[in-house]
Amino acid sequence: MDGLLPDLDVIRKDFPILERTLDGGHKLVYLDSANTSQKPQVVIDAMVDHLERHNANIARAMHQLGAESTAAFEGARDTVAAFLNAPSRDEVIFTKNASEALNLVARTVPLGPGDRVVITEMEHHSNIVPWQLATERAGAELRWFGITDDGELDLSNIDELLVPGTKVVALTWVSNMLGTINPVAEIARRAHEVGAVVVLDASQAAPQLPIDVQAVGADFVAFTGHKVTGPTGIGVLWGRSELLNAYPPFLGGGEMIATVTMEKSTWAPIPHKFEAGTPPIVEAVGLGAALDYLSHIGLDAIHAHEVAITRYLLAGLASVSGVSVLGPLDAARRGGAVSFELAGVHPHDVAQLLDSRGIAVRAGHHCAKPAHRRFGVQASTRASSYLYTEPAEIDALIDGLEYTKSYFKVG
Amino acid sequence: MDLDSLYQEIILDHYRTPHHAGLREPFEAEVHHVNPTCGDEVTLRVHLDGVTVVDVSYAAEGCSISQASASVMTDLVIGKPLPEALEAHAAFLELMQGKGQVEPDEDVLEDGIAFAGVAKFPARVKCALLSWMAFKDAALQAQGVSS
Repeated sequence: MDGLLPDLDVIRKDFPILERTLDGGHKLVYLDSANTSQKPQVVIDAMVDHLERHNANIARAMHQLGAESTAAFEGARDTVAAFLNAPSRDEVIFTKNASEALNLVARTVPLGPGDRVVITEMEHHSNIVPWQLATERAGAELRWFGITDDGELDLSNIDELLVPGTKVVALTWVSNMLGTINPVAEIARRAHEVGAVVVLDASQAAPQLPIDVQAVGADFVAFTGHKVTGPTGIGVLWGRSELLNAYPPFLGGGEMIATVTMEKSTWAPIPHKFEAGTPPIVEAVGLGAALDYLSHIGLDAIHAHEVAITRYLLAGLASVSGVSVLGPLDAARRGGAVSFELAGVHPHDVAQLLDSRGIAVRAGHHCAKPAHRRFGVQASTRASSYLYTEPAEIDALIDGLEYTKSYFKVG
Repeated sequence: MDLDSLYQEIILDHYRTPHHAGLREPFEAEVHHVNPTCGDEVTLRVHLDGVTVVDVSYAAEGCSISQASASVMTDLVIGKPLPEALEAHAAFLELMQGKGQVEPDEDVLEDGIAFAGVAKFPARVKCALLSWMAFKDAALQAQGVSS
């Protein structure tokens, strides 16, 4: 199969959990990577090593361990900056996850009555709800791009949506439900023409596409650590310096101040202005190790692998009668998360049957209820691959779907 | 995990041909319950005459377990005095929260005993409880209206 990572067997050995045997003696078939990715040994080891040998609080501990811990944490920031091709490491803010990163922008971007925020119907709830809250708070207007029948963004009314007074355009780079890769650079260019700030949710893009924040022309890019083979508890917001400098702080607390009196405080320079309190230190170290790992393999190679596996998955799904895929059918134009329906069997029941054979998928609305509603679907089953996914796992899924159909006596 | 202990034939029968499905009038209370983690939804109406549960009607979207549970629930509570229906609710709740350790009483739960296996699948307990919780909510509201 063209496009697969050449050392797939070696890569799979980097992920100890792939050796797991589940109840009933089934070998794990992990097809839920868009939910969270598995972790390579190098990430686990980096975190354990930090906790065993270097643990101390950062930036305030006046001892050797404090210096080592600070260097490891700030080293991770350098790694993230390089991963994103950010112009400055100070533009990289560590958050708890992508949701917190998006909330940070939604809470601090200046918005007033009559302003407009534009999102899309294919957003994860984490890029919908913060904007609902922000526009309600400011008396601003929330509008959105719809979705075409093919699962692409409907840009036919872009002139009507992006008008002067549009202050924010927030959208996902890659849909977590439909898999669609959106033309974010083009939308960013159009948004900038009306003076809007462009916020990209790269949670599903960062694991599988080369991310260049300068080339894409966005103002903010958010992603989460746990989907890029890093740990949970750490996310990233990259933002342009002039905006981060201009916006007010998000959370107040330790380490985000320049000075504090009982009457008033002043703020530390970015990124620390947006990092109140002790940050997720070991999680940042883990994230740094994860991004080093991905960069070592190469995002172009990982993307090619995802396209090859997704093409094989789409072909497999097409061979099962009763399966209908939600989203684009061209593997080259989509990410590796594929949502589908199986006629006559509810997604929970599909997932339960697959789980009984050791196959992990996601079932439900995938935190994208509006996108499901757009297609008249209440829930779907989603299989999502990553750099460690091998064709035999797709075969197991397809066999599992045929078994599901026979169990429920459909088709 | 043993799939057949979850998907009892009785459950699959109720799933394929649910009893008392659809929304009907008259009713004193209507509720809409959702399972936020998976999106299962039920709209459910209760019609009381005095203390008697005369009708429970519903429109539900969801998995086999949640659909079958709604069907079994209506069989159990329609025609019963409300206190007895609420006793069945309590017995079903105890069964679902029993982690598979509770022995169900067929005299009280009838086809509901088929859900004993569901209690061993923590992710599915909420599916089985959705319509039961909606029934209790609507029944208590209906009782408030009529009293």
